[in-house]
Amino acid sequence: MKHLLLAATLSLTASAALACETVTLGDLSVEHGWSKVTIGAGRPGVFYVSISNVGATDDALVGISTPAAGMPMLHETVVKDGVASMPHAMSIPVPAGQSVQLSPGGYHGMLMGLTAALKEGDSFPVTLSFEKAGEVTVNVEVLSLRAEGPDCADAGQ
Amino acid sequence: MRLRHLQIGLWVAAIAAMIIFAGTRWATRSEGVAENSPAFTPVFTLADEEGRIRTSAEFRGKFLLVFFGFTNCPDVCPTTLSDVAQVMDDLGADAEKVQPLFVSIDPERDRRLGLAAYTAAFHPAILGLAGTETETQAAADSFKIFYERENDAASPDGYSMAHSPGLFLIGPDGEWLRQFTYGTPPAEILSDLQTRF
Ligand SMILES: [Cu+2]
Repeated sequence: MKHLLLAATLSLTASAALACETVTLGDLSVEHGWSKVTIGAGRPGVFYVSISNVGATDDALVGISTPAAGMPMLHETVVKDGVASMPHAMSIPVPAGQSVQLSPGGYHGMLMGLTAALKEGDSFPVTLSFEKAGEVTVNVEVLSLRAEGPDCADAGQ
Repeated sequence: MRLRHLQIGLWVAAIAAMIIFAGTRWATRSEGVAENSPAFTPVFTLADEEGRIRTSAEFRGKFLLVFFGFTNCPDVCPTTLSDVAQVMDDLGADAEKVQPLFVSIDPERDRRLGLAAYTAAFHPAILGLAGTETETQAAADSFKIFYERENDAASPDGYSMAHSPGLFLIGPDGEWLRQFTYGTPPAEILSDLQTRF
């Protein structure tokens, strides 16, 4: 029992750290990469992340790739005139001195053609391609269906 | 110099976005389903997860929380269904007075992907309904909501669904009570329900 508790604590700590780690690429820092459980592999998964740009040059997220999905793509959920749709986002601006969130109800990575269903506690890498800064890979943690984001102590939002 | 132009451009864009946003909010509120519009009683006849025909009439006596969506929607739909699940948990003993319904607006594909496993993953109380195209359209019309299939090469199977993302509350007599707009916190839905028991 004690061992079980210890193991549970360890895995919690490990997973929390995973989604909370910050990866930097030049002036960009990328953190809080997370996803949600999928019900089967036939439905698309989702990818959320925070990107901040401390530099003086505007950049943009232009694509994502991951071994977890055959057809990952950037989307934006738009609610207009009381109707929600999610068009393809060609690029997501990351202006100088600002941060942008891929988060529920807004921009998101749509992971189509999943290689396997995403289960709580799984993790997988996602490579983000920026127009100017190039590519950077983050670890993405799969959270429960009800999650609203990773629980990071430093999540200063 | 270019940066300066860009900054001005960004400001213009931001202000335009604010105006558009405000306009959208206003438009949404002033739609036909405003709180003070005359009472109406939405009806439906749709098959459930096991293929049994379910009708609005059989749910009289219960409050209904109705959401129209599709299971291939990874962003909006899970958020709302998770909120509904939270509300059902927080209702405690009063949960039996409320029946949450998920009405598929993409019934053929949802049936193929499995509706029961989907709704159960959120909460066992949520009942999934997926009728024929005609029945689905009739239900949507009756609830005065909009949905549309959008062809889009960037979506699974080459299409996606646009839909009203609200959560609709129907009273025990079958009358329309109100809409909770997308993103309404579960606590707000819960306290609204509790005032009605
Ligand atoms: Cu999407």
